[in-house]
Amino acid sequence: MQISGAQMVIEALIAEGVDTVFGYPGGAIMNVYDEIYKQDNFKHILTRHEQAAVHAAEGYSKASGKVGVAMITSGPGFTNAVTGLADAYMDSIPLVVISGQVPMSLIGTDAFQEIDAVGISRSCTKHNYLVTNASDLPRVLKEAFHIAASGRPGPVHVDIPKDVTAEIAEFDYSIELGLETYKPNVKGNPRQIKKAIAAIAKAKRPLFYIGGGVINANAGYEVRELIKKTGIPAVETFMARGVLSHDDKLLVGMLGMHGSYASNMAMSETDLVIGLGARFDDRVTGKLSEFAKNASVIHVDIDPASISKLVNADYPIVGDVKNVVKEMLELSTSINSNKYEPWRETVANFAELHPLVYHEDTDRIKPQWVVERVGELLGDDANISTDVGQHQMWTAQFYPFSRPRQFISSGGLGTMGFGFPAAMGVKAASPDKISINFTGDGSILMNCQELMTAVEQKLPVINIILNNNYLGMVRQWQTLFYDKRHSETDLSVQPDFVLLAEAFGGVGYRVTTKEEFDAALKDAIEKNIVAFIDVVVERLENVMPMVPSGGSLFNMMLLERKEK
Amino acid sequence: MTENSERRVVSVIVVNEASVLSRITDLFSGRGYNITSLTVAPIPESKYSRLTIVTSGSVRVIEQITKQLHKLVPVLKVYEHADLVEKEMALIKFPITESISDITALCQAYNGNIVNVGENIFIAMIADDPKRVDNFLKMIKRYNPKEIVRSGAVALER
Repeated sequence: MQISGAQMVIEALIAEGVDTVFGYPGGAIMNVYDEIYKQDNFKHILTRHEQAAVHAAEGYSKASGKVGVAMITSGPGFTNAVTGLADAYMDSIPLVVISGQVPMSLIGTDAFQEIDAVGISRSCTKHNYLVTNASDLPRVLKEAFHIAASGRPGPVHVDIPKDVTAEIAEFDYSIELGLETYKPNVKGNPRQIKKAIAAIAKAKRPLFYIGGGVINANAGYEVRELIKKTGIPAVETFMARGVLSHDDKLLVGMLGMHGSYASNMAMSETDLVIGLGARFDDRVTGKLSEFAKNASVIHVDIDPASISKLVNADYPIVGDVKNVVKEMLELSTSINSNKYEPWRETVANFAELHPLVYHEDTDRIKPQWVVERVGELLGDDANISTDVGQHQMWTAQFYPFSRPRQFISSGGLGTMGFGFPAAMGVKAASPDKISINFTGDGSILMNCQELMTAVEQKLPVINIILNNNYLGMVRQWQTLFYDKRHSETDLSVQPDFVLLAEAFGGVGYRVTTKEEFDAALKDAIEKNIVAFIDVVVERLENVMPMVPSGGSLFNMMLLERKEK
Repeated sequence: MTENSERRVVSVIVVNEASVLSRITDLFSGRGYNITSLTVAPIPESKYSRLTIVTSGSVRVIEQITKQLHKLVPVLKVYEHADLVEKEMALIKFPITESISDITALCQAYNGNIVNVGENIFIAMIADDPKRVDNFLKMIKRYNPKEIVRSGAVALER
């Protein structure tokens, strides 16, 4: 059929089964928004900032496993969205972000709201397009969704000039994908998998190293099965929290810079690392030359460039984790789980020696307590998002996650301001679960305008602000490594978060005692409206344990024992 | 890190489409890889182009370069050459007062010849292995070359 470019965008979104689009209109994308007005196949959520639109699409994608979609205009609309694109790129989140562009005739003239959008997004997207003819749109949009979701997922950016959205051309979405140069290897070499299984059967102290790729590949339950069958202990990366349930006996904990003593020691003592969808990030490995020094490495990853990038893989397996783990499960009968009993005991001893703890305080609320308390009260009933900083690490350490996709956070890019809009996306994707965003008094101000979106769209996100009047994580580094010179991290002057929430039509609570916290959370859930719970916590609390940047995993700074 | 840096030639076959070249060069600059030279031309009777990239880096870096190049959607193939025939071209402008016969003889030893003669200048062209091009350019210094243009390398696996 002959339709306009703008109509093609709508038809393609419908054909792709998109039910929610996050966005913000503007001059160059108006033709498409005019078509959005005329349809009721999908919901459009108007955020109050383009960055938030992309983060919301990320949250939606992370919670649902579907491709997230955001729509923005040219120039400043696009540049605002770049942070979201970069965030999605680092954390391999499948997105299609559609931006308007000035008309073809004005490109290159420094026109009003013109920017070289594809030039900017090239380094922070999996792929991008500038569409110069409406007749290219069906192919481009089909490719965009395919590329975003397949292989190592990631954001794809489609930039469409305004005149192309007005141009009439033939639309046929049943066309075949012509991507002959793009063929991700999903299968996993059977010989390599066999070799890996033989290596596991031979190892004395093997250790699963579970990364966020397991969640992206929807392989959580297969991985649980494999770990259960083999009886091998497992550590999770920050991005993989929830792959194993918190009460799984074989889960050692999170590893890395703020990982548990047991996890980091297990990684230092293992003789075989079984890496699944993990990329050996520097926040995980610490000093590379000391990382898993005595171990061989099995590395399963969909992205060949991730294998042996930082740590040499003795058994490289390129493929989709789900496929590879399924094959491993079939071959796993040759593995005798009893054999690892002494190793499991060693790991258990590590955990007993230095468990993940914090010191309770009778006068002030400890931030870790808040996370634990929400875990006790809500557990699996909540999806948990975070912003970036100390609160993020405490959440990863202390929340009792029980399933993949329960924990949504900005890992690779570490984007302050991610949490609230992402939590709205999570709520839109998963309305039956309570959407909690743990945030800090620094982070929340970076996208607090989204209160308006949450009120208007009835997305009752509960933002729990762990308020220490500091840019806490930077303050912690200044305390530990800069001789307590707290340069520009004191945030003593802050808005009244209760009034701020209420000014937008939400609800706010100021909490200074544990009783008040329980009451506020209960009330916020009952009111079912966007909330700020501003919790006054101990100001100088540090995230412990900590591996100083570039240090070895086995040289952790541990919590000082409390003097009696 | 004290890994040895080596000169390598990488060929990349890409789909002929807008901005494909900048995707390649952005990848190099964004990831801190080095480009010594870059030559591009369409492959006859196909929708592909061939890029010949001369780069340098440790074994690990070169491996990353080939893997990251291969991840780009329009990239069909990446060859990291081990045994290859490699040629570079140079055009050299000489004053007409220099000895044409000497220079012609030299050029012929380096797969070249005189390609243009004008009123005040003449131009020589050679095409040879990059190292031999270096030698030639050293040697012809005594003939007072006015201008030298040198191409990037093109290469084919033996």
